[in-house]
Amino acid sequence: MVTPMVETAIKPGPLARPEREYDVVVPEALGDVEQALPLTERLWNSTAIRRLIILILLAALWEAYARWSNNPLLFPTFTDTVEAWWHGIISGVIPQRLAVTLRMLAAGYGIGLALAGVFVTLAVSTRLGTDLLSTLTAMFNPLPAIALLPLALLWLGLGPPAIIFVIVNSVLWAVALNTHAGCLAVSTTLRMAGQTFGLKGFRYVVKILMPAAFPAILSGLKIGWAFAWRTLIAAELVFGVSSGSGGLGWYIFENRNLLDTANVFAGLLTVMAVGLFVEGIIFRTIEARTVRRWGMQQG
Amino acid sequence: MQQARELPDMPAPGAGASGAPLLRAGGVTVQYKTPDHLVTATYRVSFDIYPAERFVILGPSGCGKSTLLKAIAGFIKPVEGEILLKGSPVSGPGPDRMMVFQEFDQLLPWKTVIQNVMFPMRENGIAHAEARARARDAVERVGLAGFVDVYPHMLSGGMKQRCAIARAMAMKPDVLLMDEPYGSLDALTRRNMQDELLQLWEDTRFTLVFVTHSIEEAVIVGSRIAVLSPHPGQVRAELNSPGFAHDARTGLAFQNLVNHISGMLFGGNHKIDGDAHG
Repeated sequence: MVTPMVETAIKPGPLARPEREYDVVVPEALGDVEQALPLTERLWNSTAIRRLIILILLAALWEAYARWSNNPLLFPTFTDTVEAWWHGIISGVIPQRLAVTLRMLAAGYGIGLALAGVFVTLAVSTRLGTDLLSTLTAMFNPLPAIALLPLALLWLGLGPPAIIFVIVNSVLWAVALNTHAGCLAVSTTLRMAGQTFGLKGFRYVVKILMPAAFPAILSGLKIGWAFAWRTLIAAELVFGVSSGSGGLGWYIFENRNLLDTANVFAGLLTVMAVGLFVEGIIFRTIEARTVRRWGMQQG
Repeated sequence: MQQARELPDMPAPGAGASGAPLLRAGGVTVQYKTPDHLVTATYRVSFDIYPAERFVILGPSGCGKSTLLKAIAGFIKPVEGEILLKGSPVSGPGPDRMMVFQEFDQLLPWKTVIQNVMFPMRENGIAHAEARARARDAVERVGLAGFVDVYPHMLSGGMKQRCAIARAMAMKPDVLLMDEPYGSLDALTRRNMQDELLQLWEDTRFTLVFVTHSIEEAVIVGSRIAVLSPHPGQVRAELNSPGFAHDARTGLAFQNLVNHISGMLFGGNHKIDGDAHG
């Protein structure tokens, strides 16, 4: 008979092992602990350099294909496009068209933001306002703003007001939805902290709620910008001239009619360049100075 | 039902109980709503808090102690009874009762340490120069002098709580409310912070209302302890704590007081754990 007592006694314990201490090598004796990487590797680690290389490769591919197909009417070469672009800028046509487009964008974006502010203020202060905003965004957010253009033309006539109306629609709902969601997500602790400071009403919204919701507001602004830019160019393509001065979309359309394909490409390049500039430089800078500096957003 | 059983005389602390109470809770019943229920958090709670007291509200989870503190802060209106600060009823949150929360996210992430400490002062009409001087002083007192221009996300949990305490103290409120301020900290940091708080109190003798569920923390931090019974919270006892220095916390007097409170709350002996947290 083996009793449980004996059984536990047989179970092996940890091995009894002697303690040891070692001498470590002094870091200096190891030579360079921190070695600089070779230049090529450091360059390859830079995102900007890698992207530049991709761009150069794409341009080379474009140039090669265009030369091989040899059909400037359908596919102008890279060098022709750059030349057309340069001429467009020097002659002042592209800057002037761009200015028209940007003015329209600023008006639409500005009105959109102001309206979004009104809707969000209503939504955070009353329950009915919340329901109003939810219902309206549910209705209009899935609707591509450009689909409203025929109606806008009917109501507001041929001209900038119709286009601005469409831009407002594309900005308003995205920004309002994000801002409202951001305000709702502000933590209870932060709200209570703000209240113990004696902040109420408008000051509370501006000094606590808005900054705390800023990451969401900023992403709303970005989405709003993207919608507005695409909608604007599309609207100008369909209809973009008033009293002889059209925007970028009109520039593209006009040159297509003239079968000046290099200029069409130049117009597209400008649209891309503006898009990249706003998303890559303006919004990036705002992000770096605000939400990333405050640790409210990583990366 | 409040029994007037006086306990053997313990020395009243510091400036102590003389004159009019600074804060008075008279028969305070607080209720809050969940989607399905109307919950009574505390039932007819009464106590007086005198200037320079370190008043601890102690009770198990769910005894309504945090809710009670929120009522003092003015976030919740009692359904019965009244809370008087300097004789006038509390009607809403305000800078005369600054609060330090348990959560680390009470600092404004878009402001640096010094800006955070200055913010409530600036919002309440204190001139920039004075606010800055007071903020610097408070930040130095809590040992964050080297971190004035750092944003909160770069601070550790303990440093965030220190900053929140500095922010509240710089405002020079009538009472400083603390809702389990060290609940989310590790044991070692918590012990340091308790000692630091006592040191701060030695320096400026503010009035403190401190909520905790740890008996040891209550005995260490408090000069007077209101023990709440669980669900709904009612005042089970008001005890004095003589204040225990570091090495006295393993001694018999400390243990006896802890056991006494523990018996009241759980009806049994309480084992003191090393980190002085229940």
